Amino acid sequence: MAAGNRPLSPHLQVYRWQLSMAFSILHRMSGVGLAVGLLLLTWWLAAAASGADYFNYVHAVMGSWIGRLILLGFTASLFFHLCNGIRHLVWDAGHGFEIATMRKTAWLVLAATAVLTLGTFLIGYGGYGG
Amino acid sequence: MSARSLRTPLARARGLGSAKDGTHHFWLQRLTAIALVPLTIWFALSVASLATADLPAVLAWMRSPLSAVLMLSFLLAGFWHMKLGLQVVIEDYVHGEWRKVTCLILNNLISIFLALAATLAVLKMLLGD
Repeated sequence: MAAGNRPLSPHLQVYRWQLSMAFSILHRMSGVGLAVGLLLLTWWLAAAASGADYFNYVHAVMGSWIGRLILLGFTASLFFHLCNGIRHLVWDAGHGFEIATMRKTAWLVLAATAVLTLGTFLIGYGGYGG
Repeated sequence: MSARSLRTPLARARGLGSAKDGTHHFWLQRLTAIALVPLTIWFALSVASLATADLPAVLAWMRSPLSAVLMLSFLLAGFWHMKLGLQVVIEDYVHGEWRKVTCLILNNLISIFLALAATLAVLKMLLGD
């Protein structure tokens, strides 16, 4: 095999799926999703800085149903990556590696993501915000 | 440590390893992550409450020095964290040295460009009339 053409880890396809690897790949996927989110944020900030006409256009795009669907994905990715990121920081500090704890915190992250995402959308579009 | 090791004592003391970078990437990723915990909560709440706001409301919010400095902090930590994270994804999944190096260079350049563009937009709103 040519030196430049060797297979690299991770070899996702050779393992049976389990919770820890699913959350690991979800952390990466949400991270890549957040890069798209930062692109959207830059677009929104640039629009707000450039004047009312262009801002209203961007505002309408983001407020459309497909725009809101994308913002829902952004929000869910943001809170998943935040909550699971805190889980990673706790691991970095050397805690929470027991299998039972790992499973419990995984489901906790998922529940917190759902609650925070829903809460944020209620603030944004449900009339519960300022 | 073997007396026959080919590594010099200085290289061992520096501890930078084959990437010549040591724990720099790891440490900055964690530092930006810690900064982003409170900043992300602030960001989500602020932007959600502006979801249906018109331009004057957005400008009034961005012209508050506290909002502006928190947004600039969020952008700095966020784009830095993004650049470090995408770098690892590229290193793991983009095979072939030339393609990988090209992607890594683009990752750096695009991250810096977007960070500057977003920062400039905030400053224009903050300092504009």
